Amino acid sequence: MSQAPRYLVAGDAGLVVEFGDAIDPAINRRVRELFLAIERASLEGVRDLVPTYRSLLVSYDPLRTTFDALRERLSDLEAHVVDTPLPPPRVVEIPTAYGGEFGPDLPFVAGHNHLTEDEVLAIHAGTDYLVYMMGFSPGFTYLGGMSERITTPRLKTPRTAIPAGSVGIAQQQTGIYPVESPGGWQLIGRTPVSLFDPSRNPPVIVEAGDYIRFAPVTRDEYSAIQDGIRRGTWVLPVRSMTT
Amino acid sequence: MKAIEVLDGGMLTTVQDLGRFGFQRYGVPTSGAMDLFSLRAANRLVGNPDDAAGLEMTLVGPRLTFRVPATIALTGADLGARLGDRPVPRWESVIVEPGTVLWFSGPRDGVRAYLAVAGAIDVPVVLGSRSTYTRSKLGGLDGRPLRAGDILYVCGDRPVLPGEALHLPAAHRPVYGHAHVLRVVLGPQDDWFTAKGIETFLSSTYTVAPQSDRMGYRLTGPVIGHLRGPDIVSDGTPFGAVQVAGDGAPIVLLADRGTAGGYTKIATVIGPDIPRLAQAVPGDTVGFERVTLDAAYRAGREQEALLAAIAPARWGSDLARLRKVAAAVAAVASLRQQSDPPIERN
Repeated sequence: MSQAPRYLVAGDAGLVVEFGDAIDPAINRRVRELFLAIERASLEGVRDLVPTYRSLLVSYDPLRTTFDALRERLSDLEAHVVDTPLPPPRVVEIPTAYGGEFGPDLPFVAGHNHLTEDEVLAIHAGTDYLVYMMGFSPGFTYLGGMSERITTPRLKTPRTAIPAGSVGIAQQQTGIYPVESPGGWQLIGRTPVSLFDPSRNPPVIVEAGDYIRFAPVTRDEYSAIQDGIRRGTWVLPVRSMTT
Repeated sequence: MKAIEVLDGGMLTTVQDLGRFGFQRYGVPTSGAMDLFSLRAANRLVGNPDDAAGLEMTLVGPRLTFRVPATIALTGADLGARLGDRPVPRWESVIVEPGTVLWFSGPRDGVRAYLAVAGAIDVPVVLGSRSTYTRSKLGGLDGRPLRAGDILYVCGDRPVLPGEALHLPAAHRPVYGHAHVLRVVLGPQDDWFTAKGIETFLSSTYTVAPQSDRMGYRLTGPVIGHLRGPDIVSDGTPFGAVQVAGDGAPIVLLADRGTAGGYTKIATVIGPDIPRLAQAVPGDTVGFERVTLDAAYRAGREQEALLAAIAPARWGSDLARLRKVAAAVAAVASLRQQSDPPIERN
C-alpha cells in the first residue's frame, strides 16, 4: 500500500499533489497515473496540468471550482488509479551521431572517466532512459538512468549557442537540447530529429513516461535521416517496452 | 484586414492573450498578458471576448497608424497615449478614424498598457494561443516584439464599430503608484522555511530590482531563512509563485516563467493582485499580506464584479459626436504626421 499523497495549496488557482520529494521511478509512475486519470476525467474547472518528477501541479479556475472540491475529486481518482493500469511504456529511438564536430566534448568525457570514446558511446547508447518530466523550457526532457561511469561536470564556461539536437552530459544527467540555446553541458553527439516543433500537435516526439534510447548512427546515416525528415519519408522508430 | 501600421515598436510591445494552456506539460510557458485584468477590460470595452489578442506595451509605448476606422480601448498603465495631439481617455472605448496616429508621450503611472481593437489582433494561433513568448520565438508576430514596418491585421474583413461607447466607471479604475501591497496565500513549500523566515517575508518591505521582466520580478530586502535549504526536486511553478533561492531573496514568477523549477516557493500572490505587481517599476516597494484561501477567492469574485461593471458611457450611443471628434483628431494627426519625423529606434 503506497503512502497517500499530500495536497498543497499553490495560490488561489493552483493545487499541488505531492507524491514524494525524490527522483524515483515509482514516485514518478504515481504522478503519471494521476495525470492520465485527470485527463480522462476532464474535471470541472481544471485549466492545465504540469507533471514533474514527483508532483502534479493542477491549475484551476477559482470561479469554477475550489481547492477543497478539487482535492475531494482528486483523492477519489487517486484511490482508483490502480483500476486502470498504465499502457506499457514506449521506447523512442533517437538516432545520434557521436563524436567529431557533433560531439566536441566526447574526448573530454572519455578522459575524465578513464574510458575510450567507443566505451563512452557504448555505455551512453546502451540504456533506456526514462523521461521523468519535461520543462523548464519547451521540449526539454529530464532523463533518468545514466550510468555513473560517464558522469562529467559541466563546462566551466558555457557555450553561447548550442545547436538544436545536441546530446550532452551534465553531472549525472544526460539530455538533448530541443532548440538552439546557450548552455554548459558536455556535448557528445547530435540527433537530426527535432524534439520540439510548435507547428506539430503535440509539438514533441516524446512525453513524460516514455523512454529514450540513443541509437548510434554514422555521419552518412545522419545525413540520410535528415533528408528523410525533410521529405517526410523518415519514420521515428518507436517500440513498446516489454517488461 | 490590414488595420495598423507600426511606425515604431516602442520598448517592448507584444501580442498577448490570456495565455497558452495545455502545453506546460511539454515545457511550454503560458505567457499571456502580465496584467490579465487590464487586457480583459480592454477586450470587453470594444466588445471582444476576454481571450481576444491585444497589445501589451511596456513603459515606452509604440507609434501606430490606423489604416481603417477602428474601435479601440486602452487600459492598464498610463503611458501618455495620444491620438494625433489629443490625449486618449483610458478605460473606455474610443473610435479611431483612418490615418490617425496613436503614440505615447511617456509613462506616468504603471508599466504595462493594453490596447484592444474591436475584432481582435489577428496573428496565427500557435499551440492554442496568440501570445508571444520571445525566448522561444513562439506565437505573436513571428515570436518577437513589434518593430517599425510591421503590419497588424484585425480579424474579419471589415471594421467593427460598436453599437455604443463603453467605459469602466472611474471609481473602479486602478491607480498604481509606487508602493504595492500584495496578498498571498502561503505554500506550496512554506514548511521549508523557518518561522522567522516566514515572519520576515510577511513583515518586510521589499524593493523591485532592475532585473525584473515578464519571467519574474526580483525583489531585494531582508533575507528569508530556510529550514532545510532552498533546493527541492523540480516542481511546477504557478503564476505568481514567490520563489526563494539560496540567497534568501524572493522572486515572483510571472507570465514567461519556466514551467518547473528546483527552488522552494514560500507563497503565491493571489490572482487578483498579480496585475498590481505587473505594473510595478524597479525601485517600487512591495509588501506581502497573508490571506486565507477563502479571502483570495472572494477577492477574485470582487475583481470579476469590477469587470462586470463595464457599462455604456455617459454619452450613451452618441456615436455621431464621437465620430466628429475622431475626424478632427484624424485631421490634426495627418498634419502632424507630415511635420513630425518618426522616432528612430536604437
